[in-house]
Amino acid sequence: MTWLSYVLIGTVRLLVGAAPRHAAALPSDTLRIFFANHSSHIDTVALWSALPPAIRSRTRPVAARDYWGRTPLRRYIALKALNAVLIDRSHEDPSHDPLEPLAQALGRGESLILFPEGTRQAQALPGPFKAGLYRLATAFPAVELIPVYLENLHRSLPKGTLFPVPLICTVRFGTALPRVPEESRESFLERARNAVTELA
Amino acid sequence: MNPHQKFDWLIGGVAAMLALATAIGWVLARRVRSDSGRAVVANLNARIHAWWAMVAIFSVAFVFGRIATLVLFGLISLLALREFISLTPTKPADHKALSVAFFLIVPIQYVLIGIDWYGLFAAFIPVYAFLLLPSLSMLDQDTEHFLERTSKIQWAVFVTVFCISHAPALLLLDIPGYEGQDALLLFYLITVVQISDVLQYVFGKLFGKRKLAPAVSPSKTLEGFAGGGLAATGVGAALWWITPFTPLQSAAMAAVIVAMGVLGGLVLSAVKRGLGAKDWGSMIRGHGGMLDRMDSVSFAAPVFFHLTRYFFAQ
Repeated sequence: MTWLSYVLIGTVRLLVGAAPRHAAALPSDTLRIFFANHSSHIDTVALWSALPPAIRSRTRPVAARDYWGRTPLRRYIALKALNAVLIDRSHEDPSHDPLEPLAQALGRGESLILFPEGTRQAQALPGPFKAGLYRLATAFPAVELIPVYLENLHRSLPKGTLFPVPLICTVRFGTALPRVPEESRESFLERARNAVTELA
Repeated sequence: MNPHQKFDWLIGGVAAMLALATAIGWVLARRVRSDSGRAVVANLNARIHAWWAMVAIFSVAFVFGRIATLVLFGLISLLALREFISLTPTKPADHKALSVAFFLIVPIQYVLIGIDWYGLFAAFIPVYAFLLLPSLSMLDQDTEHFLERTSKIQWAVFVTVFCISHAPALLLLDIPGYEGQDALLLFYLITVVQISDVLQYVFGKLFGKRKLAPAVSPSKTLEGFAGGGLAATGVGAALWWITPFTPLQSAAMAAVIVAMGVLGGLVLSAVKRGLGAKDWGSMIRGHGGMLDRMDSVSFAAPVFFHLTRYFFAQ
């Protein structure tokens, strides 16, 4: 947490509130993946600032390298203020696993914030999830998978707009997604998406 | 008495009433036994605490004068607009209209009061904002639910900006023999509206039997409305010495304020319930949101402003 983290958190709280609503209390010492619907550039900071400080300091948002790594300023914000893990969405090198940095972070005991749709949506409900969440969940069977629904953010700063409208946005945390042994990828991703949709 | 002495007496009176309410709340909290009773008293005490904060904020703005008062009401409009729009379904195509509503319409409306431009103050939202908002929403060419979306934004701006701004607009009025005292008129309006809400709540809890409009607002009762409304009219009449009115005129004005306040509370409750919510927000503990506290003001202020302007101002 740097001074810029607090500036970002303060700005987002002033603008959209980003008050958390918890379905269950979050103990601070569990490894987790928070997965949420994605509709605006504020999503990451909103979810991050809704976490209790003890959990936030060990939780890293996952951000796309092709956007957040492109200019020095974005890179600085992503890495220094948000402590983000950057991943490649482009898959240019087939031998390189884009999820590798995420697995490393989980291996170090750091929780993650993931937007499994991969890109921002224009509507209130999430679109289809990409496979990354499934692969991480399978590789780390002990990690708690917490669905999160970000309310109203698709209206505050929709894709293609520059300035946020100060609507009241709520961050709804659900209970951990139950693990089903031998579950297929499709059924897991559908179940995960429904868990987010149910919080809407 | 000069206006400053009147103001000191008023703030002293309000503080004494709140102190009495705090004492009663303290006693009640030690007396009640049942769970439902405890919940009512806890909510009552939360409301009283919030009243202390609201009165403190108001008094500070009054003491600092006209600009502070306008800034305060501008913020109230902004927060109320935010609550209204947050509950109202709009689409990404409305983003331009919403940005203009929040960042231009609200400040301009209050600046117009600040620079004493009554003509544009009265026409700005009904004419210019009314026509500009749908024009901006049209630009993205999304026609789905267009009329619904655009009317909701217009309604939000009318209620939370246009209507509420008529309370501090009382500072614009030139009333012969009442120079330099317009702030007391604003105090009068807010006091009568809020005391009416409080007394209706108290009379309703003590004597309430018949529901006034159960589908719209389940807590409002006929007994609360009649008892609280009459008592608030009495309070308004008793405050005639801070207004340009005679005692009888003051009672009539208070009755209009009370009636409009009740309509505002009921209409905005219908709007809120139509949008699927019980409270407009959660920023004022025990009360709900900003708009739960300002709903009565939004209907009472424009009517009180124009009656006073027509009959008393130059």
